[in-house]
Amino acid sequence: MSAVEARVPVLEARGLVKRYGVVIALDGADFDLYPGEILALIGDNGAGKSTLIKTLSGAIVPDRGEILLNGTPVHFRNPLEARRSGIETVYQDLALAPALDIAENLFLGREVRRRDIIGTLLRVTDRPRMLREARAHIADLKINVRSMKQPVETLSGGQRQGVAVARAAAFASRVVIMDEPTAALGVRESGMVLDLIREVRARGTPVVLISHNMPQVFEIADRLHVMRLGRRVATITPASHTMTEAVALMTGASSFHGTGG
Amino acid sequence: MVGILAIGQTLIILTAGVDLSNGSVMAFGTIVMTKLAVMHGMNPFVAIALGIAACLGFGVLNGLLVTVLRLPPFIVTLGTLNIAFALTHITSNEETIANLPDPVVFFGNTFHFAGTTITYGAVLAVALTLLTWFVLTKTVAGRHVYATGNNPDAARLAGVRTRRVLLGVYATAGLLYGIAALVLVGRTGVGDPQAGQSGNLDSITAVVVGGTSLFGGRGSVLGTLVGTLIVGIFRNGLQLMGVPAIYQFLITGVLVILAVAVDQLSRRRQA
Repeated sequence: MSAVEARVPVLEARGLVKRYGVVIALDGADFDLYPGEILALIGDNGAGKSTLIKTLSGAIVPDRGEILLNGTPVHFRNPLEARRSGIETVYQDLALAPALDIAENLFLGREVRRRDIIGTLLRVTDRPRMLREARAHIADLKINVRSMKQPVETLSGGQRQGVAVARAAAFASRVVIMDEPTAALGVRESGMVLDLIREVRARGTPVVLISHNMPQVFEIADRLHVMRLGRRVATITPASHTMTEAVALMTGASSFHGTGG
Repeated sequence: MVGILAIGQTLIILTAGVDLSNGSVMAFGTIVMTKLAVMHGMNPFVAIALGIAACLGFGVLNGLLVTVLRLPPFIVTLGTLNIAFALTHITSNEETIANLPDPVVFFGNTFHFAGTTITYGAVLAVALTLLTWFVLTKTVAGRHVYATGNNPDAARLAGVRTRRVLLGVYATAGLLYGIAALVLVGRTGVGDPQAGQSGNLDSITAVVVGGTSLFGGRGSVLGTLVGTLIVGIFRNGLQLMGVPAIYQFLITGVLVILAVAVDQLSRRRQA
């Protein structure tokens, strides 16, 4: 662990606070993500996992606290700014436009334009190039789909998640964040998505993962960030703790503080 | 004329909206341009430009109400329908404006091609359809219209400025209604406050018969052209067969329901 701790976190947060009226979603939450790791965010419902992820991806602006990217403070006012800084997010179920095809979804919001005059002036898209690059990204992660021209709605749940992950992985220069990527999937498809996540890590991009599925989390994560009542209560590893101990931390049955903090 | 209204309607329906105001907005445009040209003796081209600008203004108003106040398009355009309707009758004093200068009625002129008589207005409608098709399918802005209509949340999170897309769609539709107003004046030869008021329902019919989904994100402006032709040919044919006008409404109604039913059933089978 000490070797990891010595490095500078890719993404770091200190004392994040977010209130909605009387509800305190984040109550001074800290966060660290190190290069090349898969970090799982676990916690009971309402522990603040989603709110934390949303502040990191720019969807929510925290009331207090700071976020550092490679040690430099950043202030994201919207998801676009986070994306420009290289943080890509795979949202649970509102990620894709079902009627559009795979290539269009991959490049949604950053369409490649033709390089000639009609591309710059009329913003005409370079469809052949987007199809070509989409094919490469999809093949990169070994996702099995027939054609880039298939509408996303014709794909299985696992394939759709694959497209969403491929989009994030293709454009993330620093961090990929995933909110419950396997929640709606069957066993075989979940396995496929887990392989995808490992593939993303293997390509050098650290991954933050929210999941309720303990066996999955223990299978794939390098470290676990445990949240309770809007705070990080512990940082543990699959080796240092058992699933039962992790659940105890989540529910507050055990107040053990791990190596992080 | 319905063809051009229907292009604007297609844009709006592609974003999962609907425009009830377009017929009245177009009628208001016809009164603005004819009244300025005839009663105020304004240069006809300036009068045309101001008439189109009035329609564009209504489009922008619709767009702002939908994007800034986030009101449902159905309600917004129901409101502007009544406003445009009232303004049309107030400014025209319920009178038909005749003796129009040539440029104002230009699009009613015809030419002969391959043995048939074609109005310039019809050519313009086809040209605008093709232009809109190009923009919708080949440009970034066009793809964003589809994405915004199909899944606004996903589009927004992917970095599409969905509110700007919507505002652009309503403004463009307003501009098209202004052009439709000019074509309508050409066809009727007068500024008639009653003309074109049913354009809203006719254009929705054409869009739906043309296969565009009312739920947004699916459909094509080429389909709308076909829809316009189907509805037009149907009506025309019935008229030539001597079927009373009221039955034409009956059959158009059945046509709309059939079109939506076929669309829904085929989608349900897919899902």
